[in-house]
Amino acid sequence: MTLEKKDRIFTNLHGEESTTLKSSMERGDWEGTDQLIKKGSAWIVREIKKSGLRGRGGAGFSTGMKWSFIKNSRKLPSYLIVNADESEPGTCKDRDIIRHEPQKLIEGTLLASVAIGAKVAYIYIRGEFFREEKILQKAIDEAYAAGLLGKDAAKSGYSLDIYLHRGAGAYICGEETALISSLEGGKGFPRLKPPFPTECGLYGCPTIINNVETIAVIPEILRRGGEWFSSLGTINNTGTKIFCVSGHVNNPCNVEEEMGIPLKMLIEKHAGGVRGGWDNLLAVIPGGSSVPLIPKSVCDTVLMNFDSLCSHNSNFGTAAVIVMDKSTDLIKMIARLAKFYMHESCGQCSPCREGTGWIWRMMERMVKGETEEADIDRLEEITYQIEGYTICGLGAAAAWPIQGLIRHFKPLMVERMQNRNKGAA
Amino acid sequence: MDKIKLTVNDKEIEINAGLTVLQACEKAEIEIPIFCYHPKLSIAGNCRMCLVEVDKASKLIASCAVQAVEGMAIRTNTDIVKKARKGVLEFLLINHPLDCPICDQGGECDLQDITFSYGPDVSRYEESKRAVEDKNIGPLIKTVMTRCIHCTRCIRFSNEIAGTPELGSVGRGEDMEITTYIEKELTSELSGNMIDICPVGALTSKPYAFQGRSWELKNTQSIDVHDAVGSNISVGSREGCIMRILPRSNEFINEEWISDKVRFSYDGLQSQRLDSPYKKLKGQLQTCTWEEALEEASCQIKKREGKEIAGLVGPLMECESIFSFRELLKNIDCQNMDCRLEGEFIERSSREKYLFNTTIDGIEESDAVLFVGTNPRIEAPLINARWRKRYLKKGLLAGLIGEACDLTFPCDHLGDTAQSLQDIYEGIHPFIKKFEKAKNPMIVIGMGALTRKDSQNIYNLCRAIAHKYDVVMETKNNFNILHTKASIVGALDLSFVPENNALDAAEIYQAVKSGKIKVLYLLGADDIPLTQNDVKNTFVIYQGHHGDKGAHLADLILPGVAYTEKDGTYVNTEGCVQRAFKAVWAPGEAKEDWRILRNLSEVIGKTLPYDTLVDLRECMSQANSIFKEGNHKVTNYIKSSKKKEADFQNLIFLPDPLKSSINNFYMTDVISRHSKTMALCTEAFDKKSEKEKNRHA
Repeated sequence: MTLEKKDRIFTNLHGEESTTLKSSMERGDWEGTDQLIKKGSAWIVREIKKSGLRGRGGAGFSTGMKWSFIKNSRKLPSYLIVNADESEPGTCKDRDIIRHEPQKLIEGTLLASVAIGAKVAYIYIRGEFFREEKILQKAIDEAYAAGLLGKDAAKSGYSLDIYLHRGAGAYICGEETALISSLEGGKGFPRLKPPFPTECGLYGCPTIINNVETIAVIPEILRRGGEWFSSLGTINNTGTKIFCVSGHVNNPCNVEEEMGIPLKMLIEKHAGGVRGGWDNLLAVIPGGSSVPLIPKSVCDTVLMNFDSLCSHNSNFGTAAVIVMDKSTDLIKMIARLAKFYMHESCGQCSPCREGTGWIWRMMERMVKGETEEADIDRLEEITYQIEGYTICGLGAAAAWPIQGLIRHFKPLMVERMQNRNKGAA
Repeated sequence: MDKIKLTVNDKEIEINAGLTVLQACEKAEIEIPIFCYHPKLSIAGNCRMCLVEVDKASKLIASCAVQAVEGMAIRTNTDIVKKARKGVLEFLLINHPLDCPICDQGGECDLQDITFSYGPDVSRYEESKRAVEDKNIGPLIKTVMTRCIHCTRCIRFSNEIAGTPELGSVGRGEDMEITTYIEKELTSELSGNMIDICPVGALTSKPYAFQGRSWELKNTQSIDVHDAVGSNISVGSREGCIMRILPRSNEFINEEWISDKVRFSYDGLQSQRLDSPYKKLKGQLQTCTWEEALEEASCQIKKREGKEIAGLVGPLMECESIFSFRELLKNIDCQNMDCRLEGEFIERSSREKYLFNTTIDGIEESDAVLFVGTNPRIEAPLINARWRKRYLKKGLLAGLIGEACDLTFPCDHLGDTAQSLQDIYEGIHPFIKKFEKAKNPMIVIGMGALTRKDSQNIYNLCRAIAHKYDVVMETKNNFNILHTKASIVGALDLSFVPENNALDAAEIYQAVKSGKIKVLYLLGADDIPLTQNDVKNTFVIYQGHHGDKGAHLADLILPGVAYTEKDGTYVNTEGCVQRAFKAVWAPGEAKEDWRILRNLSEVIGKTLPYDTLVDLRECMSQANSIFKEGNHKVTNYIKSSKKKEADFQNLIFLPDPLKSSINNFYMTDVISRHSKTMALCTEAFDKKSEKEKNRHA
């Protein structure tokens, strides 16, 4: 099960070719866009539903379904926001799309806007993506100059304006409602749901927020048809996906592959295998830093898709595979992630604001082994006191890595504690 | 309104559609612990304390933020809810100092109470606690920011109710802090309310710091007298001393807020008090007994004819004393009496002509307002807050003729002279294009416009505008006078004004100067334009509670009591009659004012026909039927009024600009003038205005 070359969507993912509009068009971008638009929004939504595309930002919600929630009223305009605030540690797929395939993103933005009836689209780009912002802005300018955006975009009769907005470096602004708050000029605080952004989003208007990758694959799906996309991968987990493999592999890479590729195959085929061989593998975080890690025993067989990883108490997330070999101090690694989530908590909800700091401090003690066995249970209990009790998902994201660690590596933590006690004695 | 049925802990209830789950639980009489939720503020949903279980929801929901729907099954007593509450409280407490014994919030702290009811019994936290630097946000609010639980009520209050967005949060996660960013005093006249809404001891009262505990205080229901709003207050006292003043909820008047002057000026009641009668002997005021004082007063009064005597009543007096004073003066054939110390022009032909007819809660129904010679933000901060509420809820068109000022809601400055008013009447002012489209417009005339030489003309012109632009119609009356003195409406209702061509206040001042008035009786009247030299031929009797301007003029001082020391009836600017109760005893030999007047009448030999307050009130309600019931709500006074065009061809106006009658919000009467706290506020306020001046320069 590997992706054939003809089925690849991001043909310039590695930047071997130029990113100019001309060169992008040679690769097939903007081909017959006007015809796709003329088929109408209902057709686009239907086709995307047929393709089974699930959001690539981490939650994996059906894109077609999300679009069908939007209620276009004559009173209020609707908006499309492209979430390019990619900040999840380990994830770097959107950056490469923006760097090397910006026209795919722009074309997708146009098509998605048609689907939901948005006349204005915002791309909220991570503040640290300084060069990427320059590239994307250049690409937008090129598209405007070529008549692909603005009034009568791509000669389809549809008008769309795209605004690029830079964030200020807050991880939480990748959460869709925090992103809206930030875009409106406020502090990046997530909002209560319901109402969902599809009802009451940007400036109180119906809003769709999609990940960069979700938007960028749309033109290709519409050109080749929903059936083509859904024929790839497995049922309920269709299509292709960019995997970001990092960590202790010989060849860290971003690679587009079919959904449901076995993890082992992904690592060995594209990333040159685990440093020191497969048997040197300790654990893998399969979907970006927030998902629970899986030990080698699971890695041997697990398939890289939403359902398979869920059944192993982990998550597909953004498909950012962080590989750790046996030289890794897992506890220290997770403690570092805990620190990240403490630092990035927005401070709104009590459990997350206070809890993330607490678990980081406990983790720091765990790293040194300065704990008792009861502390590990307490730590686990505290993570469950945060998870699910907050406005947004950051509380859960902070809790999961620790839960994963305790689930699979509690003996390691106990051992470190005992070693220290022995040393002290 | 549509009704929906749902169950709370298996108990079926029927509620109005549109309520939140939290409100549904309240209706079912089930308590939900809350920190960030406040019924008057927007919903933040960030404390996570109000989580409840709802069927069909995979997670617990924040009950303050979710709408109740038909058939919902809410559970608040399951293990998972209890565990969630315990969890949230544990998190809130890990960084909250355990300094309850030295915290002023102790005993009335939400965190304390909720932890007691729902919290964990022991702490599992072993790491170090967070400490946060305290902020200096002015002379009224003491901050201990380490205690803050980040409910953001204060931020929402300053943004929404007060309309001075000066507080915010900086930093993320556990580094989040509530701050003004650049350290400065809060400029809101309502800032003290943040102390009340803070659920913990992060924001406490600076003057009250370490003074008392809530359970030691005796709370007395009272009415405020610092402005004409009639805010409902609760006076907290201990051992005969007023410790603090808090608001009482009254949706029609002050909702649950009070202004800073109402809240903090009570320390003025402790200084410069008149605690014994004084008599002037050889140019020196000396203490004397009540018998001597009353004998002296009686002797002086009996020596003179009625027209040689004059009586003035001050801004803080309650109706009972005003009534007794009027009866006393009438019995000695004196008609020279007035309550309009600044020469306010008041049209008295009917009651609605001098009232705030829209009523305070009626403001929420009004979509446009024209202010004339007023700054409601400092004259009546709580009424101003209603306009802001209306503006936030449904929008408001506001225009001001007078001094340009920030009213906390957008308000067009239409000009500062009467000329602009004429332009409005003639329909040539651009503002009128919008104003005439309003469905329920109101006009508000302030004392700044009614204390001028041309006040009558301004009043008539406003009246004409009101008739022309449907402010006053047969079905509604939105023509409003915004009074600034607590006593004035009551005094007008009791006709404490000269009759039969007797002298009014301005004429009394002249007559005193020319020596025609031989006895001047001041009942709490301090702000009068007379000097010691002016009164050298007049015997001045001052009855009041502070040794202020009035007492300095006096030949005889009869010590009265302050508003917290007597039972009394007050009528606010909208004509609402309210009753206050005595909280503490007056210092020294001071007596309730109506008793002094009653005793004096006996010494004079024209005894007033009542010995008790009950009898007095009976007589008073016979004089004016509005006093029949205390504490009642007035309705919009509608008097049929046909459209009439005023003839003001020959109206002449002064070129002077219109401005508010109040310059310094913090010091407007004898009590606030003697308050240290208000002095500190004035200092801060002066600094601010100086800075503004410098910026403009």
